[in-house]
Amino acid sequence: MSEKILVIGESRDGVLRNVTFEAIGAAKKINSSAEIVGVLCGNDNLNSQAKEMIYYGADRVVTVTNEKLATYTSDGYGQAVLAVMEEESPDAIVMGHTAVGKDLTPKLASKLESGLISDAVDINLVGDQVVFTRPIYSGKAFENKIITEGLVFATIRPNNIKALDRDDSRSGEVQEKSVDISDLRTVIKEVLRKASEGVDLSEAKVVVAGGRGVKSADGFKPLYELADVLGGAVGASRGACDADYCDYSLQIGQTGKVVTPDLYIAVGISGAIQHLAGMSNSKVIVAINKDPEANIFNVADYGIVGDLFEVIPILIEEIKSLKVNA
Amino acid sequence: MNIFVLLKKTFDTEEKIVVSNGRIEDDGAEFIINPYDEYAVEEAIKQRDEHGGEVTVITIGDEDSEKQLRTALAMGADKAVLINTEDDLDEGDQFTTTKILEAFFEDKDVDLILAGNVAIDEASGQVGPRLAERLGFNYVTTITSLEIDGNTAKIDKDVEGDVEKIETSLPLLVTCQQGLNEPRYPSLPGIMKAKKKPLEELEIDDLELDEDELEPKTKTVDIFLPPEKEAGRVLEGEVDAQVKELVTLLRNEAKVL
Repeated sequence: MSEKILVIGESRDGVLRNVTFEAIGAAKKINSSAEIVGVLCGNDNLNSQAKEMIYYGADRVVTVTNEKLATYTSDGYGQAVLAVMEEESPDAIVMGHTAVGKDLTPKLASKLESGLISDAVDINLVGDQVVFTRPIYSGKAFENKIITEGLVFATIRPNNIKALDRDDSRSGEVQEKSVDISDLRTVIKEVLRKASEGVDLSEAKVVVAGGRGVKSADGFKPLYELADVLGGAVGASRGACDADYCDYSLQIGQTGKVVTPDLYIAVGISGAIQHLAGMSNSKVIVAINKDPEANIFNVADYGIVGDLFEVIPILIEEIKSLKVNA
Repeated sequence: MNIFVLLKKTFDTEEKIVVSNGRIEDDGAEFIINPYDEYAVEEAIKQRDEHGGEVTVITIGDEDSEKQLRTALAMGADKAVLINTEDDLDEGDQFTTTKILEAFFEDKDVDLILAGNVAIDEASGQVGPRLAERLGFNYVTTITSLEIDGNTAKIDKDVEGDVEKIETSLPLLVTCQQGLNEPRYPSLPGIMKAKKKPLEELEIDDLELDEDELEPKTKTVDIFLPPEKEAGRVLEGEVDAQVKELVTLLRNEAKVL
């Protein structure tokens, strides 16, 4: 059984992403009695982030601060995390299956010649074996997978494995580790921010997504309003992005983001297989579409056949009044 | 430039998945080039046309994989290599694949390797970065633009919707994201030419590998279909009433509000 599990944390705009806490939850599922050691890299003071990891269940956190770690690069973060791994020699490693997780973990696994199970949505113990469940064939099937030899290493899909409750009475050591990082061979010159501010689409509990049926960029406005009253994020189908109704950063599907919110409201989306690949595992799906034959109704829990421009404003009012009365 | 493309055949996206005895049934399934690998083939051809050199597509598979390689040759690649593991390997994972590719590239002179950012079947996205690490190459995943000037590469990388402008140097491995280009369809003359282009077939012995070294580190113990979803409820009545009912259901039945 694993005795020490590293959880590699990840932040966005100086705030830890929720998947980091879910990764701690995942580590607990792998071995509830293991020591959980958080790892954080960056250029700023990471103390408050480290404490957050501890409140969410980490026993100890190692931070690596270096000016070369200001933004993520596989090169810089690879060197930093490897240095921590060498010192800690963990039995297992968990990280979020995010852009950074997808980029970094195969490099680490390859360096260590270890297995790696990417994009797990569930973890169970069968006897003393850790079994990871992950979607394959765009979510049309699932596989149960185990690591047969060496390090247990996995990335987890956001919004699927529960984080522990935050407990700010928890304490743990935060250790600063200094790592010499050689010159980066890959340099980020500039980042064009396109993803919207506010709720992170991949981690949102509620997603309101629009398709071609929304008809224009203006048509997305009521969707933003609905997402706002629900505390959620707006997404889109590829069709809506191709038609320039919104930015590709909102795209949900095989090529875009994969989301698993508690509530997914598909508005004017026909439900092509590539779109379903990005959202079909959402817990509750609502479809609003004029076409009663639209494929989206086959995966929806609740459907309204009707004009979205009529339905959405009423829905916004209903939810507002619900919140007022609550 | 010596350009290599890592290619995988996958089920056609529209293919229905049938599971029997914990395995995906592939009898009679239509196979295609993994759609993300098509972006890689297209980009390789464009880079060669701009800078000169040669494009070699490589796949690890069985004798049926020749079909996808011929398609890539018909698109415009120059050479193909099929590493046929059908007789030697029962099981493999991303570690195995990387090990085989590492051995293949050992004596090759390489400037650029392109791959899809993910395969739509197993969807791990590991092999590109894993191979780059073994070869000591720089790598950038999920790219949407690539400009090469001498030894320098300027790249746009998609990071969950944001765009990073990256500068790095060759030799380089990149994985391709939608938006990088529009893959061409093979032309009829292209298809005719492709039949005569060189396609080399190798087995793991030829790469001086043996089965023991290729033992996977992971194992699939079961494959299953998601539980059949009960037919959803399409609401009826006046719009107002439908929306009210929806909100009540979301609150009391689904408990998500």
